[in-house]
Amino acid sequence: MDTHDHHHHALPLSMYIGVGATLFILTGVTVVSAQIDLGSTANLILAMSIATLKASLVALFFMHLLYDSKLYAFIFSVGLFMLTAFIVITMFDTMRRDGIYDHRAVKIQQEAGFYKDIHEAAAAEAAAVEAAGDGEHDAPAPAAH
Amino acid sequence: MHSSPPDQNFLSHPKGLASWLFTLDHKRIGIMYLILICLAFGLGGFFALSIRLELMRSGEQFMDQDTYNKFFTLHGAVMVFLFIIPSIPATLGNFCLPLMLGAKDVAFPRLNLASWYVYVIGAAFTLFSVVTGAVDTGWTFYSPYSTQSSTSVISMTFGVFILGFSSIFTGLNFVVTIHKMRAPGMTWYQMPLFVWGTYATSVIQVLATPVLGITLLLLILEKTLGIGIFNPEMGGDPVLFQHFFWFYSHPAVYIMILPGMAIISELIAVHSHKKIFGYKLIAYSSVAIALLGFLVWGHHMFVSGQSEFSSMVFSFITFFIGIPTGIKIFNWMTTLYKGQICLTTPMLYALAFLILFTIGGLTGIFLGALGLDIHLHDTYFVVAHFHYVMMGGTVIAFLGGIHHWWPKIFGKMYSEFWGRIAFVFIFLGFNMTFFNQFMLGSQGMPRRYHDYSGLYKTDLFERYHGFSSYGAMVLGVGFLIIATYLIASLFNGKAASNNPWGGLTFEWATSSPPPTENFREEPIFKHGPYDYDKVLPENI
Amino acid sequence: MEQVVAIAGEEHHRGHPALAHHFHDMEQQHESIKLGVWLFLVTEVLLFGGLFCFYAIYRAWNPEMFTQAHQLLDVKLGAINTLVLIFSSVTAALAIRSIQLDRPKQTAMFLVVTLLCAATFLVIKYFEYSHKIHAHILPGELFAYTHLEGVANPHIFFSIYFAMTGLHGLHVVGGMVFLGFVLIRTLQGTYSSEYYIPVEMGGLYWHLVDLIWIYLFPLLYLVG
Ligand SMILES: [Cu+2]
Repeated sequence: MDTHDHHHHALPLSMYIGVGATLFILTGVTVVSAQIDLGSTANLILAMSIATLKASLVALFFMHLLYDSKLYAFIFSVGLFMLTAFIVITMFDTMRRDGIYDHRAVKIQQEAGFYKDIHEAAAAEAAAVEAAGDGEHDAPAPAAH
Repeated sequence: MHSSPPDQNFLSHPKGLASWLFTLDHKRIGIMYLILICLAFGLGGFFALSIRLELMRSGEQFMDQDTYNKFFTLHGAVMVFLFIIPSIPATLGNFCLPLMLGAKDVAFPRLNLASWYVYVIGAAFTLFSVVTGAVDTGWTFYSPYSTQSSTSVISMTFGVFILGFSSIFTGLNFVVTIHKMRAPGMTWYQMPLFVWGTYATSVIQVLATPVLGITLLLLILEKTLGIGIFNPEMGGDPVLFQHFFWFYSHPAVYIMILPGMAIISELIAVHSHKKIFGYKLIAYSSVAIALLGFLVWGHHMFVSGQSEFSSMVFSFITFFIGIPTGIKIFNWMTTLYKGQICLTTPMLYALAFLILFTIGGLTGIFLGALGLDIHLHDTYFVVAHFHYVMMGGTVIAFLGGIHHWWPKIFGKMYSEFWGRIAFVFIFLGFNMTFFNQFMLGSQGMPRRYHDYSGLYKTDLFERYHGFSSYGAMVLGVGFLIIATYLIASLFNGKAASNNPWGGLTFEWATSSPPPTENFREEPIFKHGPYDYDKVLPENI
Repeated sequence: MEQVVAIAGEEHHRGHPALAHHFHDMEQQHESIKLGVWLFLVTEVLLFGGLFCFYAIYRAWNPEMFTQAHQLLDVKLGAINTLVLIFSSVTAALAIRSIQLDRPKQTAMFLVVTLLCAATFLVIKYFEYSHKIHAHILPGELFAYTHLEGVANPHIFFSIYFAMTGLHGLHVVGGMVFLGFVLIRTLQGTYSSEYYIPVEMGGLYWHLVDLIWIYLFPLLYLVG
């Protein structure tokens, strides 16, 4: 590889103008396509596809990713990959909060009865102790079930 | 190539405070970081000891609940953000990385100095919150409590936001340095493993820290403008804060431990004078840990109300982290096998690391198991686990590294006798403090409790807690001994030779301490960093 | 082999005033800085990424609200701003090309056009913001717009809108400061085809600002 001079080579003017014009046209396309109602999701996918196309043009041509060392493209892709992983994996949670096991709630309620009994027994015991130690007052009757 | 006269080194020349504060020399910046980081460790340690004294007996001892909440928050925040994240990369990494690569400096010396100043500013904001009423949210700043707490959360989170830039600057600088500044002839697979570990760390610093930045900014906006995205009353979701926080903070655990592992690779090879076993696997496993570490953050959220599906996925991926970690441990052990092991202080710390980190890592696997975590979540088991990883791993490795490179940094030998004594204090004190916390946690003692009287196992808890507090004192004495003999060595230590341990990496080829330009003659790569089977260093 | 190249480079470039002492040659310096810039751009992507993640989650939770709320934004102004930014991206790219061809005057001209576009973008943004503020279309608790009956939590959309466009606006301002600095240095004659990395840094950063807007525009103004 010509290590010495390769970054001095300027790219042709026509490339910049061509890519710029394409970006202008794609902006028009995305505005118009958003006016057509394809359903919320389809509109979103279409708009994002056009945006990604535009962004790729900017990155590949204006930012020279196509011509420069592939290391830069690799680093940028790692960043984008991490971002995608972040969004997708977070949505594993936010989109699936309903739970997998239907019986879970029932089971917890059943178990909760166990704790309710313990608490009531403890309260009754405490009341009994208080009544024994403090005879002058009328001991409150233990709560009936 | 101009080289400085043989009696001049980077410490002695130039002189004056200004020459330090405006230095672009990575070695000096490393030392400036070392000073601040030791201060931060002292401060965090002060909070830790106060917490341990409060918990020594059940019932309130000498601080009330609010003070206690602030103390454990400050202990966590200072130790995590001011000490352990910058600790190894910014000090030993700064000092050693260019030397190990045979470079004159890091790629961006100004950015390096800037990171130090940004650290100072961030630390100022973080500690300013102490003056204005401290913070009681815990170092994790979970919403919705952090958005409601009237303590100075904004000052501290803004400080942490700024500290993030310091971390990014260091990481970015190191990645470029490793890619572009290697000595002529040094390929990727001829770099010392310390460099590989630092590389993996830096990648995480660059990729994860910005997400913490935006999270903390949004938390500040939530507190100031009430933007509502973490507020369930306004249609927001507080669990999202945890997602965002842990997307940074789980990888941040590897920002803390990978540099520790990087040091251990050096210590074990050099002090057993043996070619490291499985060089490539150790190198790759660092990168694998860095990347896998991005996919497991939800294991901190099993009881947060996150979906069951997520929890299962996160739990599943978490187990995979054990593979590259195990690879490292076994490779280090195999390196030791039939090596010429010298039980120097650095080597003692390296061996301690193997034991303590294995305990810390394995208990991490327990906690990654979904069902078990429901039982152990937010108990002292978790506290013990991460102290075994952070302190038994990173801090122990840091201590080993400091002793290993001390002769190179300052040109003086520390007292090997006191070094071993202090090691005994540290190792015993550490295990006394934290091992029983595993028992404490599995018996049900919740973390972050100010007072455990009235819990149904108070007597048992009191025994464990009391023992733990005595252990913390032993640990504290150990650190005081280390500080004393290290500082004393600067004044009366005997002069260190250029290569006291018989290391084969570049930093041992220059003088101790190195000249300002690192190498008097440009180093040429002749042998691998661990070629003990081919080369014999002159003085072993 | 690498060594030979390095020495050849040293002979050719030694003595260039912009070569820092710790690099072998201009080539190494240029590539190092460029790598640093790309890493910085990755941090920017992830910084904005957090907000994109919020957008995705809240849109998935409240598709109806997003559709209703986004109609309060002015598509025409958004589209004009998109075109302005794309145009400025073209001129920023051409500024780099000119300096590669050793035409500093042309570079300065393209930088001026880029800066003017940036200013236009901010002026339009200012009109958009002030209109929103007058109508009390504000983030979170400050939201007091009354004509969105029956839509739950529309303030969430505007919290995200203001966070995203606000952060992006700050980046535009930052980019203007840096490009302004580059313009001054260009006029001083600092740059040539030998040394023009600051121009390239400014350009790369500016393209990223454009790139983020390319996503923000459809997400906020078009499909909500
Ligand atoms: Cu974790």
